[in-house]
Order: sequence, then structure tokens, then C-alpha cells
Amino acid sequence: MTGVQDRTPITHGFDIEAMQRERSGVNLEDETIALEVDNLDLYYGEKKALKSVTMKIPQKKVTAFIGPSGCGKSTLLRCFNRMNDLIDGCRTTGQIRLEGKNIFDRDVDVAMLRRRVGMVFQKPNPFPKSIYENVAYGLRLAGVNKKRVLDETVEWALKGAALWDEAKDRLEDSALGLSGGQQQRLVIARAIAIHPDVILLDEPCSALDPISTLKVEELINELKKDYTIVIVTHNMQQAARVSDYTAFMYVGDLIEYGSTDQLFTKPSKKQTEDYITGRYG
Amino acid sequence: MTTSSGQPSASTSRSLVGRDTESVRAYVSSGAPYVWLTAAAISVAFIITLALLVLTAARGLPHFWPADLVEARYAPVGDEEVTVLAEIRSTEEVTSGRLKNAGLKVDEAQPLYERLLIKVANRDLLGADFRPVLSDWLVDRSYPEDAVVLERMEWGNFHGFLHEVKSAGSVVGSGAQAWSKYEPLQDRANQLRREIEEIEKRDIGAINYRLEQLRLDERRLQIDGKTPATHPAAFAKIEERRTVEHAEYEQLRVELDTIRKELERDALLMKTVDGRDVEIPLSHVVRGYRPNAMNVFDKLRYFGAKVWEFVSDDPREANTEGGIFPAIFGTVMMVMIMSVVVMPFGVLAALYLREYAKQGAVTQVVRIAVNNLAGVPSIVYGMFGLGFFVYFVGTSIDKALYAEALPSPTFGTPGILWSSLTLALLTLPVVIVATEEGLARIPRSIREASLALGATKAETLWRVVLPMASPAMMTGLILAIARAAGEVAPLMLVGVVKLAPSLPLDGNAPFLHLERKFMHLGFHIYDVGFQSPNVEAARPLVYATAFLLVLVIIALNLTAIGIRNRLRERYKALEN
Repeated sequence: MTGVQDRTPITHGFDIEAMQRERSGVNLEDETIALEVDNLDLYYGEKKALKSVTMKIPQKKVTAFIGPSGCGKSTLLRCFNRMNDLIDGCRTTGQIRLEGKNIFDRDVDVAMLRRRVGMVFQKPNPFPKSIYENVAYGLRLAGVNKKRVLDETVEWALKGAALWDEAKDRLEDSALGLSGGQQQRLVIARAIAIHPDVILLDEPCSALDPISTLKVEELINELKKDYTIVIVTHNMQQAARVSDYTAFMYVGDLIEYGSTDQLFTKPSKKQTEDYITGRYG
Repeated sequence: MTTSSGQPSASTSRSLVGRDTESVRAYVSSGAPYVWLTAAAISVAFIITLALLVLTAARGLPHFWPADLVEARYAPVGDEEVTVLAEIRSTEEVTSGRLKNAGLKVDEAQPLYERLLIKVANRDLLGADFRPVLSDWLVDRSYPEDAVVLERMEWGNFHGFLHEVKSAGSVVGSGAQAWSKYEPLQDRANQLRREIEEIEKRDIGAINYRLEQLRLDERRLQIDGKTPATHPAAFAKIEERRTVEHAEYEQLRVELDTIRKELERDALLMKTVDGRDVEIPLSHVVRGYRPNAMNVFDKLRYFGAKVWEFVSDDPREANTEGGIFPAIFGTVMMVMIMSVVVMPFGVLAALYLREYAKQGAVTQVVRIAVNNLAGVPSIVYGMFGLGFFVYFVGTSIDKALYAEALPSPTFGTPGILWSSLTLALLTLPVVIVATEEGLARIPRSIREASLALGATKAETLWRVVLPMASPAMMTGLILAIARAAGEVAPLMLVGVVKLAPSLPLDGNAPFLHLERKFMHLGFHIYDVGFQSPNVEAARPLVYATAFLLVLVIIALNLTAIGIRNRLRERYKALEN
């Protein structure tokens, strides 16, 4: 890492000013919508964790959820691929529409939904298999067994996750031998290998060191050319750096949602302003 | 936070040095006693295990060592004097009072006497192999070079001197050359005996097996309502095959008779130490040796041969001589069949209990019930196995599939399959508990990773969770093997016998005969130790068998541990 030695900011060819220029003036009204959340309530037993959330997630943009701990941002994220189904006593009312289809409909196959809405978790969670098998896992599930197709897709996914150069000589080694940052990029490669429409990132950098964090952020910026990205982060700088749109949540309520520029520079709500200026949280 | 006067002013020392190292409390809180305590616990466990191995080995293995033969005059006070040729088995100190009570005219002025247990052999002549003697009364001891021990097929060992070697009725060697004439003849006899065994066990055994199958085929036809009148072709075919088998049998019998006659040719004329002449046909002698003339290397070679015989041969003479190979084979095979049965069963049950069942009161009750099953006395499982597997399942199988063999039962009688199933039931709780714990340890994040990639719950279990839980399953199997291999009581009800005529695995199709009864090392120990007519001869064998049983269990466990370690290596570093 030369950047560390010469003490210049590490950008990895990742021009923040250009990004900000590009982002200024974006407007939700002009975007194609990937996911529509409509009046979503979520209960954990008796406790209401999400209160009538309504929002639109634009396609091929990065949308960030910010807010203090326990505000429901991860819960909302986990609604998009119905990971909350696994939690006992969790139920929802309202709708989330993916291309117009309510994902809570009875005829929706959760496994198919999750193939289209991939997810990356807070802590890197590679399987205790080889790097190759980790990336090929989703493909094998989908019934892809041809060696040539698998090889090509694994390479493509690892390149897409900017891990190919580091991993190409050790594809058969255990994924657990990679560093934390590499593991997180491997998990991202695993997610994109099955060509999802949406990638959900649940605090993907919270367990990573700053250099790995930068690499993942750079990768997010790359990925948004092809995928709709929703990211939960507790790091407001990160939200400001990588996202096009930002939603601020507070105790189950969606307080404010708009373009990142606007939310961070001219928040319309008092609560948002207090949070982003560090008065509480 | 501000430091205020309200802070409790405990008299804790703020000094970094000057720590209290004198008082008992300081010693206890330093942790040193716990280190000692824990180390002592593991040491005791280790030493006891080692002591067990050493004791069984030390008591059992000397049995195979060729002990020197002592020739002496035994002159008990007030009793007739005899000459003995014996090996000294053990010595102990006995008080003169006890000996007096036993009716011996000992001198009470001498408080302690040394009592020897000597093996005089020649059971057919003297009535018993062993006799206790007082060391003081065993006089004029010498170790004649030409003293001979013959291991016989029957009546145990023979101690004496080789006088003449006879072949086909005429003397071919006597006196000094007799031994050198004897040795090649013994090799020839052993070779012939092997040939006989080969023919009897393999060829004639196979013919008998096929004849039995033909009988059953015929019965089956009769049961189906066919008679020679209605289906002449079918019966004729059986008859034809039977004729072939009989002809083959006749041929083998002739061959066998020739070999037997050959074997009967040679004989040894032996002289016992008290001057009696005994003629022993070589066909009755397994091996002969002159312990007093053997050097250490000869004895080592003999020791190795005996140990090899012990682990590789069939038992003779009510299990007090020969080997215990069928018991080793039976034990290992039973444990393997048990493993094959208990693993899928236990793993599936644990999967349902942990992964699919709704966690609640009912699941908890089931779990407690399963754990309690581990505490049920094993003989109760034996009763269950006999009542359910043998009498119910076995009899039903016989009625449905082996009707032609009735009234003699095929599966409706104790056998290795029922023993394995009974032990599988006995060890099921161990496997379930271990697997459940393994499943519970798989981190949620890994399951979520798989689900988020579009896997169903079943796919997640099969592709990720089960492989990662496999080391825990192996732990369950290791515990199951440890328990099953040492279990005897239930087996006595469901399939173990003192002497099984044939192994459950042989060369006759379908090769694996799960209905057969089998021998087991644990039962063998019980049988030889407590049911043997010849207690003194059997005692070292009990230890040797126990030693072997421990070794077999260790070997089985090491195999399982080896597999587990490989799995662990593959799935290590989960907690990151």
C-alpha cells in the first residue's frame, strides 16, 4: 500500500469531487424505480419496529440508510429480501414491490426473490470452502454445473468485485485464509455471481480497516453501473461519499429521504439536521 | 466524572509492588492451586488409563512366553514324594497358619512360606494342569536341556522327554537324534492339517451351504404348491444340481481321507518325568519346543508366533487355547454395522429436533427423553432387542421371506444384525446430543449467507450446515463406539455366543450373513474368565483378551478421531 507510506489521501482513482459534481442536481422524480416500499409496518411480536414506511428506491443508484442504532434501518433493508422471515414473531403489513410485484405475495418464491435481491452482511461470512466454491455456490444452487460456465462466471464475479488479481492464483485455497477486506469483497463477488438486480449492503465496512473500507467503497461506486444498491451505514461520511440518495430513519420512522447532497447540506427536518451535525445519535 | 468526597474510601493499596505473597489467601488468589488441582486430575486419569493397559498386558502377555521347565523332586512332609517337570507360574507368600489349616504339615515356627503355582500339564495323566507347591519342599531342582513341551489339540500341554519318533509304525529316530527327526515331521503334520482345514472349512463348507440352498429352493417350490408331478423340470433341475454337489462332496471326502491317513502316519513316543511311556500321534500335536534349550531369540520368535496365533486363529479347547480371531472380527464388524445404522438415524433425528421442530415445551420434553435414554441400563436394551427385534421383527421377516426354512428360524433368532441394531439404539442418544450441539454451534451468519444466495432451508442444511457440523457428528460417533464396543450384557440376549461356527462374512454369496450369531471380545472375557472349566489356564487369557479389547477400541476410536481431525481442519476458523 503505497498510499500509507507517502501519506497522501488514498483515493484508488476514486475522484470524490467528480462524484459530487455528478451527483448534484439528481432528482428522485427523474429516476427509474427499482423497489417501491408502500406503507410498510413491521412488528417484532408486539413491538412495532417500522412505522408506515413509504419510499422509492431508484434503479442503478446507491441509496443509503442512516440513523442511530436501533432506528430500523437494518430491519428495513432485510425486508427487501425477506430475511426477516427467519425471525420468529416477525410480521409485516404493507407492500414492497419489485418491478411492480409485491414480494410479500403468497405466490412469491423466497429463494427466487433472494436470487434477484442479493445481500452482503456486516461481518464477512464466507463459507468454509475454497474461494472458487464460495463464488460458485449461488450458481450451483441455480443448477449451473458446467465447468466452463462456472469458471467464466467465477472469474467475472471476482473481477467485478476487484478481487481477481489477489485471488486468481489461490482459487482452490480456503476462503477463510483471506483477510477481512478480501473476504468482504469475496462475499460481494458471491452475491453478484448470480446476477441479482439489487444488492443490499448491511454495514458492509463496519468490520473492516480504513484501507479495505476504501476499496469496498470504490467497488460500490463501480457496481452501481449495473446494480441497484441499498446500503445501511452508521458512518455518515461513508453515506455522503458513496450514495446518491439518503434516507434518515429514527425509531422506526422514515424522517427524511432525498438526494444525498440535499440531505446533508440543506436538511428539511430538524431531527435530520441534529443527527448529521452530531447533536444526538 | 469528578472525584468527590463521596467516593468510597476502601483501603486498597495503590502500590504496584509490595504485593502480598505470604498469606494463604494470596496463594489461592494467585491461581496456582487451581493449576495444581487441574493438573493432578488429568494426571490421575492418564495414569489410571496407562496402569490399566500395563496391568492387562503384564498379566496377559507372559502367557505366550515359553517359560523354562524345572525338573524337581516334590517332597511334602508326611506325604508321598513325586517328581515333577513343570513351569513356575507365580509365587506368593503365605502364612504357616493358613497352610496348616489347609492340611499341610508345616513347621509353625517359620511364619511365612513361599507358595508356588506350577504348571505340570499332562492333564490326561495327572487330572489337573496346575498345582500349588511349597517352595521349600521342591528340592533337587534342575533344568534339563531335553525337556519337551508339546502343545496338543486336546488335553492341554504335555511335559516330558522325547524318546522315539515313529513313522508308519517303525522307529525312525531315537535318543539324541530324535528331536532333529521330529521337527520336519511336525512341519509336515501342520501342513497337512492346514490342507484338511482348508478343505473342510472352505470347500465342504461351500458345498454344505449350496446343498442347504437347494433344500430351501425345494421347500419353496413345495410351499408354492408345486410338486414333482406338476413341475417335473424344476424338481429335476434341483435334483441334478444336488447330484453334482454330492459327487463333488464324495470326491473331497476321498481326498480328505487320504490326507487324514497321511497325518496319522507319525507318532511320538514320550516319557513322562515319572517314567511313564506315552505315545502321542503327531496329528494331535500343534507344536513342540524345548524351552530350556532355547536362547532369547528363539523364545522371542516363539512368543511372536504365539501372539500371532492368538490374534489370528480360531479358539480350541473350550476357548482356553488357540486364538480369538472370530471374537475380534465379530466385535469390529458389529461396531461397524452399528455405526452405519446409528449415524444416519441420529443425525436425522438431531436435524429435525434442532432445525425443523418448533422450539417449545414439546421439543424440550422430547430432548429430555432422548437424553434420559442414555441412562437406561444396557440390559434393558437387550430385553427390548430380544422382544422387539428378534421375536417380533425377526419372526415377521422369517414368515414373509424365509418361510421355506421354517421351523428353524433365520432372522427370528439372535444374530449380529439384531445386536448391531440394539447397540445402535443404545448409542442413539449420544449421537443425537453431539450432533445437536454441533448444529447449534454453526453461526447464524453462515446460514444467512446461504439463504441470501437463494438457497432453501434444506439446501442450506445439506450444503453448508451439515458439512460444518460433521466434526461434531464424528464426536458423537466416537462416544458411541466407545460405549458400544465395551458393551456385553445386552449382546448376550441378542446374538453373542461362546463359539460361533462361522464368521458373519465369508466367501459364500451373499457374503454378508447378518443373521448369524457371532463372538465378541467382551463376552469372551466373561466366558473364559467365569465359565471356563480350567480356571488357572484361562486367567492369563482373560487379561490378554482384555488387553486386546482395549487395543481394538483404541484402534476404532483413533480411526474416528483421525477422520474428525481431518474434518475439523477443513472447517476450522469459523469464529472470526
